[in-house]
Amino acid sequence: MATLKMPQLGESVTEGTIAKWLKQPGDIINKYDPLAEVITDKVNAEVPSEFVGTLTEILVPEGATVAVGTPIAIITEAGEVAAPAPVAAAPSAPAAAAPTPTAAATPVAASTPAGADRPRYSPAVMRLIQEHNVDPNLIAGTGTGGRITRKDVLTFIEQGGAAAAQAATLTKTQEDLASVAAPTQPATGLTELGAQGVQAAAAPAPTAPSAPAYQAADGDTVIEATGIRKTIARRMVESKHNAPHAWTMMEVDMTNLVRFRDRSKEAFKKKEGVNLTFLPFMIKAVVDAIKQYPIINSTWQDDKIIIKKDINISIAVATDDALFVPVIKNADRLSILGLSHAINDLAKRARAGKLSPNDMSGGTFTVNNTGAFGSVQSMPIINAPQAAILSMESIIKRPTVMPDDSFAIRSMMNMCMSLDHRVLDGWVCGQFLQAVKKNLESALEPTLY
Amino acid sequence: MAIKSYIEAVTEALAEEMERDQSIFILGEDVGVRGGVFRATAGLIEKFGEDRVMDSPLSESAIVGVTTGAAMVGMRPVAEIQFADFIFPAYNQIVSEAARIRYRTKSDWTVPLTIRAPYGGGVHGALYHSQSIEALFHHVPGIKIVMPSTPYDVKGLLKASIRDNDPVLFLEHKRCYRLIKGEVPEGDYTIEIGKADVKREGDDVTVITYGLMVHYALEAAETLAKEGISTHILDLRSIKPIDREAILEATRKTGKVLIVHEDSKFGGVGGEISAIIAEEALFDLDAPIQRLCGPDVPAMPYSPPQEKFYMLNPTKIADAIRELAKF
Repeated sequence: MATLKMPQLGESVTEGTIAKWLKQPGDIINKYDPLAEVITDKVNAEVPSEFVGTLTEILVPEGATVAVGTPIAIITEAGEVAAPAPVAAAPSAPAAAAPTPTAAATPVAASTPAGADRPRYSPAVMRLIQEHNVDPNLIAGTGTGGRITRKDVLTFIEQGGAAAAQAATLTKTQEDLASVAAPTQPATGLTELGAQGVQAAAAPAPTAPSAPAYQAADGDTVIEATGIRKTIARRMVESKHNAPHAWTMMEVDMTNLVRFRDRSKEAFKKKEGVNLTFLPFMIKAVVDAIKQYPIINSTWQDDKIIIKKDINISIAVATDDALFVPVIKNADRLSILGLSHAINDLAKRARAGKLSPNDMSGGTFTVNNTGAFGSVQSMPIINAPQAAILSMESIIKRPTVMPDDSFAIRSMMNMCMSLDHRVLDGWVCGQFLQAVKKNLESALEPTLY
Repeated sequence: MAIKSYIEAVTEALAEEMERDQSIFILGEDVGVRGGVFRATAGLIEKFGEDRVMDSPLSESAIVGVTTGAAMVGMRPVAEIQFADFIFPAYNQIVSEAARIRYRTKSDWTVPLTIRAPYGGGVHGALYHSQSIEALFHHVPGIKIVMPSTPYDVKGLLKASIRDNDPVLFLEHKRCYRLIKGEVPEGDYTIEIGKADVKREGDDVTVITYGLMVHYALEAAETLAKEGISTHILDLRSIKPIDREAILEATRKTGKVLIVHEDSKFGGVGGEISAIIAEEALFDLDAPIQRLCGPDVPAMPYSPPQEKFYMLNPTKIADAIRELAKF
């Protein structure tokens, strides 16, 4: 009998959330087989098996967060006699006492027994489900381990299953309506939200009351959120909820930098092998401004402001379905060339899904290159627990009035900053943005190396 | 319709064809006066004379070599290899000459040769009289391989093989010879080579098989029917050309496929069938494709308990079907 523990997936990682069990009790396990997906910070990682044998028991259900080193599964090693796998072992494991407010809500969400909520369908079953548009959750599986067989689906359809499925949806909607009509606690002022809203308000979870269950109509596509999507969603809500966002924008004349880049980019690419983009210049300008106004590089912690010594710049990298925010550590120690390589490396690994938890942690300020997709103005959500986030918008040629009252065509860019108003106020942010602006505008011949 | 044994169907097909076509002659060891070691050619020398039913020396390479040459110049020979196990001395003649002449001569020369060979175990024949050899020829383009399971199929397919303008390896399961009886119509009929036959309809598990195993599978299906498991059985009859359409159709019938053959598993015909299904019917599969085959040991043992261990039987097949039905 061997116990599998929550691994330490990064230097600073102390706990992990089981996103998904990839094996179920009874499955044969080979050494290094991925057993579960774990989310820490913003990364999904797989937990490999250290043993050969059979997965006997899952101790931590999907969705639960536990400390590093907590036993998460029991494996009967090859050669041992496997104890019968307890089916409903999952909900017994309590989530470790995590200080984050959402952790309190986790065990509720994870109350379904592991295994039951992760069915696997054969290609034939999948095809039938799609062709006849039936909900597999309504079908009783008669195959091994409750697997839904092709015959189960066919029988279900034959017995008018598809119609039954629709009827069930209707009934559910009616129940929802009924609960709206007769709210249990009319005094809460949440009447219009229905039963779910009332429950959410009554629960200790500090997050906003959830909207009434939305019924997907025919033809709608329903996508189950992946672990990473759920994490993004949770962190965005947390940040918006905890940090009072204020917003400010400033305009920068990027003409000098644009000209410089046009002059240098080919030689740079040839010599260094990476593209010379605007982002390293922006980061450099931000870093230099942070040195002038260190308060920008801080965080709000229990009625204290902690000003960070390290300047670690988070950058946002979007893939088709997820957003990664890897970190350039000690960005203040890097030249434009160093930043270019760091950005290139992180972006490449983010798109390949190869970022480690360590790559994603420790950021102290975020530079968001929204201009890359054509945006001219945005209101970014702060990457908590940082104190501010700065968006660099599109560089656009515009007729501009120059200081000597003449008109000129200049390459203009908006910088948009969201700030945690608990920590920062308008004045310091204005100073900071002025500094960034000055750094960017004065760059006639920036040093690349 | 008369009930005839599997081997009687062989004899009847030979006799009728020799009657019909003067260019047909038989060459093999003991096929003449002895009437064949299994008596498949019994009575033919009396009927057609020693010019058309010829005993050869113990020389498989020569039997195939001579008949290949004769076939190239207009005869329609039927060669008999006494036991399929002894076909290896003739392997080169079959693979390098008979199978390739048409391709090599742009169809100027063809080899309308039928090679009959009894194969298979379960008859206490030990290692040199029990082998299944189909996989060794299955890979070779240019040759057809027919492996019938019933007397009806034997007669129709043997006639079709003799009339075919290319070399056909006609493999007769020797345990079927006197064990399997069935209705055989009088007179002339042929069955197209390369067409499979559904031997039993069912909707839980599909068994794809050929030869003696068809009967074992039918027996297993009968047992399982009492347990409420319905088995669909496809008899390939020819393994080359193989009936892709029938394989896919049978797969679609249940989504759960068990391939059964007596020949050992690794590199066997079952692998090819499995690949066809995997390539073309993925979305019809409700379970991993299963193969139940002979074990990968060098040969069938003589010792009865060991032979029993080696051979598939209805119980083993029923177990495999049951397992798949449960999945």
